Amino acid sequence: MSKLLNVSSSPHVRSDVITSNLMGDVIIAMIPTAVFGVWQFGVHAALVLIMTVLSCVVSEYLFERLLNKPVTVGDLSAVVTGLILGLNMPPEIPVWIPCLGGVFAIVVVKQLYGGLGQNFMNPALAARCFLLISFAQKMSSFSLDGVSGATPLALLKSGETVDVAAMFVGRIPGTIGEVSTLALLVGAAYLLYKKVISIRIPGTYILTVAVFAFIFGKHDINYVLAQICGGGLIFGAFFMATDYVTSPITPMGQIVFGVLLGLLTGLFRIFGGSAEGVSYAIILGNLFVPLIEKYTLPVAFGKEGKKA
Amino acid sequence: MNKCIERLYNGIIKENPTFVLMLGMCPTLATTTSAINGLGMGLTTTAVLVFSNLIISALRNIIPDRVRIPSYIVIVASLVTIVQLLLQAYLPSLNDALGIFIPLIVVNCIILGRAEAYAAKNGPVESAFDGIGMGLGFALALTCIGLVRELLGSGSAFGFAIIPEDYRISIFGLAPGAFFVLAGLTALQNKFKMPSATNVEGNGSVLACGGDCMHCSGSACMANHATLETRRLQAEEDALKAKQAALAAKQAAVAKEQSELAEKLDKNR
Repeated sequence: MSKLLNVSSSPHVRSDVITSNLMGDVIIAMIPTAVFGVWQFGVHAALVLIMTVLSCVVSEYLFERLLNKPVTVGDLSAVVTGLILGLNMPPEIPVWIPCLGGVFAIVVVKQLYGGLGQNFMNPALAARCFLLISFAQKMSSFSLDGVSGATPLALLKSGETVDVAAMFVGRIPGTIGEVSTLALLVGAAYLLYKKVISIRIPGTYILTVAVFAFIFGKHDINYVLAQICGGGLIFGAFFMATDYVTSPITPMGQIVFGVLLGLLTGLFRIFGGSAEGVSYAIILGNLFVPLIEKYTLPVAFGKEGKKA
Repeated sequence: MNKCIERLYNGIIKENPTFVLMLGMCPTLATTTSAINGLGMGLTTTAVLVFSNLIISALRNIIPDRVRIPSYIVIVASLVTIVQLLLQAYLPSLNDALGIFIPLIVVNCIILGRAEAYAAKNGPVESAFDGIGMGLGFALALTCIGLVRELLGSGSAFGFAIIPEDYRISIFGLAPGAFFVLAGLTALQNKFKMPSATNVEGNGSVLACGGDCMHCSGSACMANHATLETRRLQAEEDALKAKQAALAAKQAAVAKEQSELAEKLDKNR
């Protein structure tokens, strides 16, 4: 009651949601995926995840200490960045490469632009692309149970058929976090239930990819399902495209953003040289966010009828 | 002589064309894949720059003002043709490595910039030294960028392999790496406050906010602008008032003198 009688300037009602809560929810949602990845790929995968998180947190701490800025490690955003980056790594990568990626993500992509909320690109994805260009061979050699093999998307690209059920469960080669659609969907359901993310971006994104694959790929339900379950689409749609900082905040803008990502991904996957295109699609989409927000600004309350 | 040394210092450090003036970005980003390429591009540009400055400065009183830019371009283009033929004859490997960027020196903004800003207004000797200074500054910057990119991207320095192949970060050999390294070196140059034209101190005090742009939100900035604007108006008004007062005082003095003179005249009569 004393709170209500408190005389102060607005805002009078505050939400309990703070950055560390949201980030904590995202971390919880990624746990099933991480556990599945470690169970499938072994101890080295766990090491990669731990080292990327550590390198992100340590570089954020050191950067902010060295520049005499307030230390924001406590808001857990560096942990999320590290975890996403780690889940984007092939399981058998030498550990120093993801560490380098973590430093790049935090220092170059996030802190140099002003820290959390100022970066125009998803740090983890930018770092993944940085590593992908730098260490193309190491970043794209995948194996499962000691046998190296092509990812289902690469098989699809070369016209072979794949086992969609295995892809849904995750018994396929790929990066640590992208393999199990099931585990990812469990995490995504948690995020949707807690209202951390809305279905607009991931829903339109996945739907657009499906339609695009059906029209321009093969008119085959198996093929379309494989395109959805394969690669980083589910992971990217629910965990990376929905990053608050680098996605539109207007509802209409989120839908436009999702469709744009879907079109780019389909374009890269079906007409591009590489089998996968989610990372590039999302960081390219990130660049369009200010423009999308500008043109999807909702009309202010009371001005609805006054369109000239 | 002192003037010549000042021109060298100005070109290499104070107004370094790459890190301070930010001119000639296209060759800077494109030709610095290795230290030796950067050095080659820098020295080629230096050669053109020295002679173009010299010739333009010598002809500055003959070239009509209205057609000066085409005239400069003709001079620069002739020099570039000579340099390219020399490179093809004596350094074919460097010529191949730099490719299209040798002919593009013609439209290099450092060369036109120096011609317009310095050579067209100063004597041939100073202009030549300005060209040497600017050229060496450009060559130095390109070599530094090239060295860092070569070291990180292909693990070698001036062609000597240092870092084993597994630990090379090949993005630094590509276009994005050029931007990273350029930005990083420019930031270092600013951080260590090499006395350059862009980080002169003393201007910050007029800002009401103290110039702390990093922690500034937009509204504070707007408020500061308003404050600054009122201060400026106030200062102008004060200056005007002071002028008026001074004028009034002068007028009074003149009037007084006149009356005194008139009095004297009266007495004399």
